[in-house]
Amino acid sequence: MKSVEELKAIREKALKEISIRDNENKIRIVVGMATCGIAAGAKSVMNAFAEELAKRNINNATVSMTGCIGICRLEPIAEVIGVDGEKTTYVKLDAEKARRIVAEHIVNQKPVVEYTIGEAEK
Amino acid sequence: MKDIAHHLLDIAQNSVSAGANIITIKITVSPKSKSAGKQDLIIEEKVSDTLTCEIIDNGRGMDQEFCKKVLDPFETTRETRDVGLGIPLLKQSCELAGGKLSINSVPYEGTTVKAEFEIDHIDRIPLGDVAGTVKMLIIANPEITWNIKFSSPEKEFGLNTCEIKHYLEDIPLNNYDVLVWIEQKINEGIREVFGGVLDEIS
Repeated sequence: MKSVEELKAIREKALKEISIRDNENKIRIVVGMATCGIAAGAKSVMNAFAEELAKRNINNATVSMTGCIGICRLEPIAEVIGVDGEKTTYVKLDAEKARRIVAEHIVNQKPVVEYTIGEAEK
Repeated sequence: MKDIAHHLLDIAQNSVSAGANIITIKITVSPKSKSAGKQDLIIEEKVSDTLTCEIIDNGRGMDQEFCKKVLDPFETTRETRDVGLGIPLLKQSCELAGGKLSINSVPYEGTTVKAEFEIDHIDRIPLGDVAGTVKMLIIANPEITWNIKFSSPEKEFGLNTCEIKHYLEDIPLNNYDVLVWIEQKINEGIREVFGGVLDEIS
């Protein structure tokens, strides 16, 4: 079966890439994926986060989804929760903004202030 | 919602919150039963087939009383506020396309949400990116067994994350290469099973 061989090849590749630091605390990116978020386009935002992390080979951050964060009019929303527990809430996202957040916040540790909830509500 | 895949992403999360560990997403195209008799008179009759999407879980289920109320947007288990639109929106999408939504649930055994659409109905929303939906669901819930099934009168496709896990051994299901592989497989499955059957898939 071809698929089985493909899976085994993926496994071999992944085994080589697993770093010893894998169990360290990670930055968490949590995307609001309730009905409101999905309707506003959270699916492509989450996909962009996952894709960008993989493309840049970032191992110290994970993407997950949560329910309604409670401010549906500002969806799609994502929260970036740092290793120290500090939380940054980004609002009205799209795929492009998500990629920029990975580059600037996750890689360079500099939050993208203009997309944060504080800026949106001014 | 723009397409069926968005609905599936939304409804599947109800199953996740219901504590399910096996969730099946089943998409079926079945011919509508033709009215008997006239067939020999009409050479080519365009009968609209039915597109059925089911989400079957083994979560905690609902009692009959709640099951009836759940179609009401003001009935929800969530605590952030008193409105839940996931099910009502799907019901609307079905009904706009000549179909219907039904929910079957047994407490402590699980729930099945079944959405039917008339395929050729002008207002039927397209299938959308089902593979992407499954990918998102796995990223967020790799511990759940996801069972994906497509079928049309001639062809079938199935994918089970439990089997994939078996071959991956210690590599997590949400490894990105694995996800991309799963996405590809599902897209191939959709093309194979629904190509030419659904207009939006060539």
